[in-house]
Amino acid sequence: MSTARIRGLRKAFGAHLVFDGLDLDVARGERVAILGASGCGKSTLLRCVAGLEHGDAGTIATTGEIGLVFQEPRLFPWLDVQRNVAFPARTDAERARVPNVLALVGLAHAAQRLPKELSGGMAQRAALARALVRDPALLLLDEPFAALDALRRIELRAAVREILEFTRASAILVTHDVDDALALADRVVVLAGTPAEIVFHGVVGDDATRGTILDALGVADVRRAPAPRPVRHGARCTT
Amino acid sequence: MGRFAVPLALFAAWWAATASGWIKSYQLASPRDVVREIASLVQSGLLWRDLGASVERVALGFAIALLCALVLGSLVGGSRAVERALDPTLQAVRAVPSLAWVPLILLWLGIGETAKITLVAIGAFFPIYVALVSGIHGVDRKLVEVGTIFGLSRTALIARVLVPATLPQLLVGARIGLTQAWLFLVAAELLAATNGLGFLLTDGQQTSRTDEIFVAILLFALCGKLSESGMRRLEKRLVGWTDTVPA
Repeated sequence: MSTARIRGLRKAFGAHLVFDGLDLDVARGERVAILGASGCGKSTLLRCVAGLEHGDAGTIATTGEIGLVFQEPRLFPWLDVQRNVAFPARTDAERARVPNVLALVGLAHAAQRLPKELSGGMAQRAALARALVRDPALLLLDEPFAALDALRRIELRAAVREILEFTRASAILVTHDVDDALALADRVVVLAGTPAEIVFHGVVGDDATRGTILDALGVADVRRAPAPRPVRHGARCTT
Repeated sequence: MGRFAVPLALFAAWWAATASGWIKSYQLASPRDVVREIASLVQSGLLWRDLGASVERVALGFAIALLCALVLGSLVGGSRAVERALDPTLQAVRAVPSLAWVPLILLWLGIGETAKITLVAIGAFFPIYVALVSGIHGVDRKLVEVGTIFGLSRTALIARVLVPATLPQLLVGARIGLTQAWLFLVAAELLAATNGLGFLLTDGQQTSRTDEIFVAILLFALCGKLSESGMRRLEKRLVGWTDTVPA
């Protein structure tokens, strides 16, 4: 059973055709990473699933609540962390989940702080907690680590992995980072071309490896490339 | 000491200039004369009458300006069509120098309370209106998007996202509007009044009593300062979450 089912999605911005008949399924509990070059339509796809953009043709069917985490935290600056997290809650049961999701993302100690008092990593954790408070069946993650430094990125990636395993929510992760995709996803999809098409489709640990994904992206894997030869000291340039 | 140094030096110079007879008392009243005048005005009850009349005019004019600015600012900020229809006219009216309204208002509304309150309201209206419209236009669209994702209705989006996001700008506009209200009050009371702080000024001028003029000026300074710091305190309390250096 699918949590998200996209059929024949067509989307254009003016004369620019982003998708023309895109199909994608996300099974229940499955985590799909979407990779592609900047501007290829990854985020547009996520925004269509979230309902922030409307496709020109095709259907998008989702089941259950959707939680969305953007590249930047987008916290409401006038609300402290716990009120930000409680913002989408509609029922008492959802409001009662606030302390739990705060503990889950490791922010129980910062519940009373204002967004201006948080570091980048903490703010992104708060945004993640806000996306989780309504117990979403589908979590949409739009380059959620892009604004973080390398260390915070690794920390938050590990936290998201634990959370996804704990909540068993389906997830679509949009990223340009192969390591993010391999660490978090069950399945990897690579988008390329204009209009964007799925040029690679693989299961992590099976046919989706660093090498096959980079090949699909058309990028040389620097880790596989032979090391450049050291320049000998004393070598002279001759003309 | 730092913040009191200049006022203390000015006071000392004032006292020295009048006590030594260097400046005549009809040109500049001495601090003693001013204190005596305050005591006499308090005793006769005239101080409370004039102060009360001025404060009432400012409060009423400001309240009317705030209400009109909230209604018009929300309409103009919230709808491009209303903005196209109304904003150019309002901006043209805003460009008219404040005192140019006085003869017209006196002709239309006479010299009663309505004319004075109207003038104060005109003065306070524009800073609040301009701040509110620019506040609404400046709301971070990304935050509005978050509200949309969480399925907020239009009313909930306004109440939970747009209003709090606009509040800092609105309060800055209200603070400037209140300062303008006092400015326009002086214009209104200088022209036609039988009470109020502006009346104290004209009365002092007509009777060559610099002590009375000084009392009025001191009271204007005090009222202006108190209302400004009150507004700042309100800003700090309501929008202390902002991550910017206060204006």
